[in-house]
Amino acid sequence: MPSDPLIPLLDRKLVFVTGKGGTGKTTVASALALLAATRGKRVLICEMDAKGELAGYYESPPMAFKEREVQPGLFAMSMDTEAALREYLRMQLRIPIVGRIGPVAKAFDFLAAAAPGVREILTVGKLCFEVRDGAWDMVVVDAQASGHIVGQLAAPQAVNGLVKVGLIRTQTDWMLKMLSDPAVTGLLAVCTPEEMPVTETIELAARVRDETTVQLAGVVVNRVLPELFGRQEEAVFEALAAPGPLAELDALVDGDASPVLEAARLAVTMRRTRSTHLERLRKGIDPSVPLLYLPFLFTRSHGLRTTRQVAESLGEEMGY
Amino acid sequence: MAARTPKRRAEDKQTPTATPTMDSLLATKEIVVACGPGGVGKTTTAAASALMAAINHGSKVLVLTVDPAKRLANALGLDGIGNTEHQVPASAFKAAGIKPRGELWAAMLDTKESWDSLISHHAPDERTRDEILANPLYQNISGRFVQSHDYIAMERLYEIHSAAEYDLIVVDTPPTRNALDFLDAPERLADFFSSRLLRWLIVPYRSKLVNVATKPFYQISDRILGTEFMSDISEFFILFQTMYDGFVERSEAVGRLLSDRRTTFVVVSTLEATPLREAEFFAEQLTARKLHLGAIVLNKVLPDYLRGRSGAKVAEAMKDRAEDLAEGLGAVVGAKDPALGDPSQIARVLTEVADSYLNFQIVALREMEERATLAVAPDVLATVPFFDTDIYDLSGLLRLGEQIWG
Repeated sequence: MPSDPLIPLLDRKLVFVTGKGGTGKTTVASALALLAATRGKRVLICEMDAKGELAGYYESPPMAFKEREVQPGLFAMSMDTEAALREYLRMQLRIPIVGRIGPVAKAFDFLAAAAPGVREILTVGKLCFEVRDGAWDMVVVDAQASGHIVGQLAAPQAVNGLVKVGLIRTQTDWMLKMLSDPAVTGLLAVCTPEEMPVTETIELAARVRDETTVQLAGVVVNRVLPELFGRQEEAVFEALAAPGPLAELDALVDGDASPVLEAARLAVTMRRTRSTHLERLRKGIDPSVPLLYLPFLFTRSHGLRTTRQVAESLGEEMGY
Repeated sequence: MAARTPKRRAEDKQTPTATPTMDSLLATKEIVVACGPGGVGKTTTAAASALMAAINHGSKVLVLTVDPAKRLANALGLDGIGNTEHQVPASAFKAAGIKPRGELWAAMLDTKESWDSLISHHAPDERTRDEILANPLYQNISGRFVQSHDYIAMERLYEIHSAAEYDLIVVDTPPTRNALDFLDAPERLADFFSSRLLRWLIVPYRSKLVNVATKPFYQISDRILGTEFMSDISEFFILFQTMYDGFVERSEAVGRLLSDRRTTFVVVSTLEATPLREAEFFAEQLTARKLHLGAIVLNKVLPDYLRGRSGAKVAEAMKDRAEDLAEGLGAVVGAKDPALGDPSQIARVLTEVADSYLNFQIVALREMEERATLAVAPDVLATVPFFDTDIYDLSGLLRLGEQIWG
């Protein structure tokens, strides 16, 4: 490539994408994976919660545990704890229990519910395994929402603290190593410039630093509204919106111009409110963590076309 | 708007032919569970509904929130308090110029604290209680275990309702992986305690009772988790077993309360495709479980004036004829207002304003299309317009509440 990117996120092998619900976590994850694939990488994207939403972003059939190529060089899968357990047991224990997995899986599911971290070890373990042994340049994870991601990323340490021996212990050791290496693994947090998403992102950044070994590789600020006009133009706008000029404008366009002006006022207020939250975000996040801005999309629908658009903006922000 | 259950009749006597509103819905219920996808304004909607009920119904209302925004917590006087219920002070109402007929109380859910008090409640003796509270597995479960959140919210609701202190409790549900988790939580907990696997686990580890049936389970668990951890687990469950009856009974009671006629569910969503599909799915599931879907609140809906055909026409004209219009305006009003002296500047503003309108119209129309496809029919469908500022006091909350109220 001609020049080095400013934010070389695509160089990481394992990127978890998280964010508060409704901020566009899946949008960003799907776009990041698409961006990497269009730049020639062989990419796996994994949807962690089984909502089945990811397929819509590529307009592909529903995902399964077994990955499927959804775009050239881009493969997608959805996480399934039982399938991950089955695979794990087959590989690790070499026990021929394929036919009788039912009761064991049920027992394990139960254990996993009782012993926190076990389920996470299985699912995060599957991802780490794909990074280590799979034929991928990059694995993108459409991870849990920000409320749950820390528990997931901290699971290897938690389990390490509880489990002293056994296969799980061996597994957590190498997983921890991989997750702790910032050249390999990174977390990308998605937020919008609104009150709660910003607050949660600041809290998340602190918790990721304090409770996990994973590096926060960046914060994506999604749905940034365009600046409508500068100070001088705003004076013009206010003058236009006064009763006299507005009546003239109505007459000239042969209609009611007030909704159009009202909408502009709304857009300006929205942008202002959001700027204050953006400012709060900038102050609340360690300056070494890059912020990437994605514009608000005024589009009719969501789908592959939108994912492409977002991928493009994301690439520009990273300096690719 | 289908006619519903005998409950309605009593209400109809007072207000014949009335279309149900949040007002009438909340007047007849004791518990309102606000649920829906994350990021749609669930907490704020719950708080605003509780406020309206306190103001208008003269009742003693509690809003039980999970994780309120700092400013909302401030508005409710909740800043820095934990699990206990606090009355929203009269001064806050006064500052907002409101004279409530009833009382508004608020509480925040502290998962860890709630679990601890639950254990204290069910433990047979002090020693067991202390052993459980000190057990590393318990600490992990109560503090970090995601699903423990879901259960404890409903458990707390039950506890408060049983104390019969309030006329109405509005509960905000925790953000879950799946919006349905908290509904299943009581049942899952009961299942959990009555499962055969639990019995396997509480057989003192490595005892002679480990039989042919349980042997493979132990062998595999041992190899994966290690013997020591396995015995930690069984010890924990042996302790927990002492509380079995209390827990099962309680979780069943919680389940019954949720399906009680006095309880209703309010699904909150925005008109964006993804949350709306999730909300719809949730509403369908409520109905399938014979739970009462009282209302759907559509939040942050863009204002009506963005959808007009005439607005678009005007915007197109402003864009296409920006220069002409600017010249015309400059000639008429330019002399009176120095700000309108430069036609090129006016033209630029007209173009930008028109572009912005047309952009937002795309989003507003998309919202309407989504709304038209809404496949569920609750008793009440409330639409709340987008507010351009954040809510930081009771008057802000009131502004929102009035929109919900109908």
